[in-house]
Amino acid sequence: MSPITETGTGSPENHRFWRSIDELAGAAAGPLPNRKMPLDRRRMLKLMGASLTLAGLAGCTTVVPPRKIVPYVHEPSEIIPGHPLYFATAMPLGGYGRGLLVESHMGRPTKVEGNPRHPASLGATDPYAQASVLSLYDPDRARSVSRRSRPSSWATFVSAMEGEVRTQVSKQGAGLRILTGSVTSPTLYSQLQQILQRFPQAKWHQYDPDNGSTQLAGSLLAFGEPVWTRYRFESADIVLSLDSDFLTEGPAWLHYSRHWAERRQRRNGSGGMSRLYALESTPTCTGAVADNRLAVRASEIEDFARTVFRRVEMNVQKSPQPQTSDLRGLWADAVARDLLQHRGSSIVVPGTHQPAAVHALAHSLNHALGNTNKTVIHTAPVEPAPVDHIESLTELVGEMKQGKVDLLIILSFDPVFTAPADLEFAEALKRTVTSVYLGMYNDETAASASWHVPEAHFLESWGDVRAFDGSATIIQPLIMPLYGGRSPHEILALLQENPSATPYETVRRYWQSASQAKDFENFWTSALQTGVVPDTAFDSKDVTLQNRTPKAARREDAAGLEINFRIDPCVYDGRFSNNGWLQELPKPLTKLTWDNAALMSPATARSLGFDPNDVSRTGSQGLPVPLVELRYRGRSVQAPIFLLPGHPDNSVTAHLGYGLQRGGKHATGRGFNAYALRTSEAPWFYSGLEVRKLDSTAMLATTQRHFSLNGRNLMRVFDIQDLDTDPESETQQAGPMLHNSLYPSWPYHEYKWAMTVDLSRCIGCNSCVVACVAENNSPVVGKEQVGMAREMQWLRIDRYYSGKPDSPRTHFQPVYCMHCEKAPCELVCPVHATTHSSEGLNQMVYNRCVGTRYCSNNCPYKVRRFNFLQYSDYVTPSLKPLRNPDVTVRSRGVMEKCTYCVQRIQEAKINAAKENRPVKDGEIIMACQQACPTKVFTFGDLNDSNSMVSRAARNPLAYGMLAELNTVPRTRYLAGVRNPNPELG
Amino acid sequence: MDDARLLNAPFDSPEAVLPPGHTYESVGEKVASIPLAPVSGTRWQWMLGLAVSLLFLLIFLVAIIYDVQQGVGIWGVRIPAAWAFAITNFIWWIGIGHAGTLISAILLLVNQQWRTSINRLAEAMTIWAVMCAGLMPLLHLGRQWLFYWLFPYPNTMGVQPQFRSPLVWDVFAVLTYFTISLLFWFTGMIPDLASLRDRARSGFARTVYGFLSLGWRGSARHWHNYQITYLLFAGLATPLVVSVHTVVSLDFSISLLPGWHSTIFPPYFVAGAIFSGFAMVLTLIIPIRSFYGLKDLITLRHLDNCAKLLLATGLIVAYGYLMETFMAFYSGNTYEKAIVLDRLQGRYAWVYYTVLFCNVVLPQLLWVRRYRRNTVLLFILSIAINIGMWMERFVIVVQSLSRDYLPSAWRIYGPTLWDWLTLLGSLGLFFTMQFLFMRLLPMIPISEVRELLHRQRGHTA
Repeated sequence: MSPITETGTGSPENHRFWRSIDELAGAAAGPLPNRKMPLDRRRMLKLMGASLTLAGLAGCTTVVPPRKIVPYVHEPSEIIPGHPLYFATAMPLGGYGRGLLVESHMGRPTKVEGNPRHPASLGATDPYAQASVLSLYDPDRARSVSRRSRPSSWATFVSAMEGEVRTQVSKQGAGLRILTGSVTSPTLYSQLQQILQRFPQAKWHQYDPDNGSTQLAGSLLAFGEPVWTRYRFESADIVLSLDSDFLTEGPAWLHYSRHWAERRQRRNGSGGMSRLYALESTPTCTGAVADNRLAVRASEIEDFARTVFRRVEMNVQKSPQPQTSDLRGLWADAVARDLLQHRGSSIVVPGTHQPAAVHALAHSLNHALGNTNKTVIHTAPVEPAPVDHIESLTELVGEMKQGKVDLLIILSFDPVFTAPADLEFAEALKRTVTSVYLGMYNDETAASASWHVPEAHFLESWGDVRAFDGSATIIQPLIMPLYGGRSPHEILALLQENPSATPYETVRRYWQSASQAKDFENFWTSALQTGVVPDTAFDSKDVTLQNRTPKAARREDAAGLEINFRIDPCVYDGRFSNNGWLQELPKPLTKLTWDNAALMSPATARSLGFDPNDVSRTGSQGLPVPLVELRYRGRSVQAPIFLLPGHPDNSVTAHLGYGLQRGGKHATGRGFNAYALRTSEAPWFYSGLEVRKLDSTAMLATTQRHFSLNGRNLMRVFDIQDLDTDPESETQQAGPMLHNSLYPSWPYHEYKWAMTVDLSRCIGCNSCVVACVAENNSPVVGKEQVGMAREMQWLRIDRYYSGKPDSPRTHFQPVYCMHCEKAPCELVCPVHATTHSSEGLNQMVYNRCVGTRYCSNNCPYKVRRFNFLQYSDYVTPSLKPLRNPDVTVRSRGVMEKCTYCVQRIQEAKINAAKENRPVKDGEIIMACQQACPTKVFTFGDLNDSNSMVSRAARNPLAYGMLAELNTVPRTRYLAGVRNPNPELG
Repeated sequence: MDDARLLNAPFDSPEAVLPPGHTYESVGEKVASIPLAPVSGTRWQWMLGLAVSLLFLLIFLVAIIYDVQQGVGIWGVRIPAAWAFAITNFIWWIGIGHAGTLISAILLLVNQQWRTSINRLAEAMTIWAVMCAGLMPLLHLGRQWLFYWLFPYPNTMGVQPQFRSPLVWDVFAVLTYFTISLLFWFTGMIPDLASLRDRARSGFARTVYGFLSLGWRGSARHWHNYQITYLLFAGLATPLVVSVHTVVSLDFSISLLPGWHSTIFPPYFVAGAIFSGFAMVLTLIIPIRSFYGLKDLITLRHLDNCAKLLLATGLIVAYGYLMETFMAFYSGNTYEKAIVLDRLQGRYAWVYYTVLFCNVVLPQLLWVRRYRRNTVLLFILSIAINIGMWMERFVIVVQSLSRDYLPSAWRIYGPTLWDWLTLLGSLGLFFTMQFLFMRLLPMIPISEVRELLHRQRGHTA
């Protein structure tokens, strides 16, 4: 703190320092209320004179500060203004960590990238991690400890807790309960163990809406012991997904999708293109990119798995004739044959939402196919104490209702909101004497708990977490808590012998004892630096299959439709509800923003009495859709319906995480609360749903409404068989890259930047979209503006359907500025605001733009975005440090679009110039490219014929979208290749 | 008044235009009595009309202030339809502005004497219409206060406009048109202003009209110079009739958007402009001639001729519609075909069919002479054509934009309240100016009608 701001209350008058006019006036005029005429004209003038004089004095350097100050002669090492630093850390989600490298500008974390050394990241990031910086600076976060919703302080809380702990010590913790989410953190676990030792009668419960319970139950069923399973998709020729969205869900998806995509290349011989069969109860990204996809209801997966297993056991590969004529029988035959032909190089993946029996069947199949230890690795559970979350929560709630719980510590996300509806957690919470909730927002649990302590963001606090394979990462903070947040380690420390231990001390002490390193300092520093604690990944474990054909799950089908509950691809279980970037992120398949909806197939909608054409008719303010009442097990909610081709019939999908009543301005009142229907008996799916038509409609905001290519050759996909039998089709598909012009081509003396997009690899996961928003300071515009087609994301992922309407093939196509060689936008701008750079970039000069929007009209790709209103938030103070200082924050009335991350290009060029060398291939990485788990994007210099992008552009599959318009796009697509089983047509 | 004789007279004879009974004196008296009427003699109908127009002008001002303050996001513009109402209004107003120049310049050059009674009104209308039109692209900018960057002026930034952009051409075309139209109109009014000066009883009126008449004394030398200047302006203005809307149409045909990228646009736009311009002339003169009792100066013959022009230009416009559709299929271009099919079947199909009804079907009534002389029918028809032409421009601008190349980018456009207020407000500006003009300036050229009278009857008049 600068000494200038110190007030010298006891110092002589001429040395008095003042902070504000008010203070000065207060000091000069004495206590104002005691005077009759506090401020007459003369006095006012005197004061103004004094103010001016003193203001002059304060700016005067002759006044010696009363305390010694130190000049900034030797700057702190490593901190150079303008040069960001990167720190390795990890983001915990659902208990598991994803390794990150966080960019920090002068102490402000601004951007998150993946940590290439971390197994759950491999350099890529998911949308949640990309958006986590926005949550960090979120102005709606809880800012103070509150007691029964009244502001309180940490000190009060600590002293209250001291009393509680004393009581519990005497009762051996009989009334103490701790509720956490899934725990993999070694430090947290050791703290919990110590607490349970200190309070032998206390209990620890775990509940996360998205959890590993089915995996646990499946392994218990198959092996008789808890076993975690991970897969090696890089070695898999055939993958059968039993309702698993392994490509975009779960703690390992970045790892899996990277390795899966490595096998999507068309190569000769072994290591060629893999084949993915997907059975799905709701359309997901995995099904969208599968070679063969079958939509079945969730309850039918088990039967199918059993049939495949029977076929595999019978070794049906020598019976090419289909034994049945129905589609599922055909599928089972074909899949079983394919699996049998690839023993040891196939994988059967069960979905998290599927019951234990399906998991056990998948284990049996993998075992029978000899995949174990080849493509399928079993390890000890990464969670030190895996439990069935629903059982655990049910037990806790039972005790709470009986009044047995005196002190409940809640460390999981908003259980009042997320707990199964039939448990009535909110009711139970009222019967708990004292409850402490650690949460980021003033959400529903915060409102009903006795104490609410604001939770520190993971970028603000020390901690540790394990990845899906057990690799531990020490979470290091990049910034002091902005809103006085506390970490779970701090809360638990209050129950321990040493209540004042800081999270740093707790984590460090744990690793000091756990690492057994001789040179701990060295161990600690290198662990922090690399972002992975060495040798912590779990080794594979030999297990014996005890139960090859588990009994069918007891199922009494109720009448009515089946309901599926799924974790939302944007707001997760609801914890990201207040994150504008994620709320505005178009969901991969529905392209819906700001809302969830009851997803169903068009046929189901028709059977419910809706005309599918009416329901999907767009309005100018968004998509007006009918509201329905979803009635399930005696509970009901109102939800808008949304038709999704490829959804199994007689089934409805509801995404969890929406419908919060409290917890920030973006979070509240969005969508409908699917948790209100979810029960503990069937947390993922069950039949018995009734849908009743209501007379009202709701307005939804989607970013894409037309899903057919209308015969236009924009998105090109080939079946590998067609390419193999007719190689001509490959070379001829690209069409001519026109370059017809009366004018000579632009000369490029140095660099000629270009990109390629490999459509075979894109899984539509949205990481690139959020990465682009985060990198380029793109604003959030809100639902109404999205409804009016004014979303501001520079990169969008177009989704198209092909094939039959009831079983369509889904295609993803990332679209952003093509940086055309003959750019139509440049020609029509009246003020030179969009121009062609000497390196081939089509660049926007924001300062020059007057906003005629002609460039957007003339852009055939419609990739330009316009600030129709003042979208960038210049006002909210907490959002200011979030901005990327290398990118302009655009004002209203200005056009913008993808710049090829020109700031990153410039940075690399400056670095290269300092070292007197050209920019190396691969040195410049676009934000989208960096976040992409499957390496869809390639960026580089076309002048260098050996660069990755030049090689990719020479690929016979490369084509320019709408190249026939003579735009000569710089961004080229590599046509998608799929490998469907020809038997399944 | 002998209407039958008037209408049966040979087309180019002076009898064809004016009924008998007028003298130099009566013409002057009749026209000048309107602006020179004392304030107390202002008719309440006029006051009401002006009050309503001023109300809409006020709405326009509010809409402008809100637009500049908040940004164009208050309108329904979006991606892909980044242009919508404002640009539609712009083309529409510019089109309306075409009739004035056409009547004044081209008909003068080809010596069509029937133009004399209505040319002043049409020219005035042109100026107000171009004022409304010029405001539209300006209000439609994202950062309206930087509009002057479209002008080539010496500046420290060292940047000039990008001359390949048709929007820069627009600036020149519209400004030139406005300047020439204004000068032409004013020059033509000088002898009449002097006449008003001489007749004025109040000192104030005499001063104002005296100032505006630039010292006109009616000497032979004055008349000589005047005639040359007037003819010169007519010559200058003639190419502008074609050029302005050609340039406006280039805004569209230069682009590569299906539905815009078309070589037929320049003639099609010019014809459409004259079509809508004459429709607006009829909309104005039919009530004016009856309200001010000017039926003997603006005769049925005038209306009849305007109607014929409507029919002719309407047919050119219909040809344009036909060719657009035909070429889309003849070309075999996927995107062109798709945009035409969407025009016929899509969300805006009802707009397109209204356009066809108003601009193609209805004008066919004008083949019948009886209908050309039916003022009520002509008035209704002219309104329908005004609406039809506005909608035609809406279809061109919005429908083409909302369905271009990538189906993923297709979105529906919808106007907001502020779109409508801006459109209605611009009508407020137009009619405010028109009402003031009618009351304060001679709306029929006295000197030219006298000249016509002279030719018609010789010195006996």
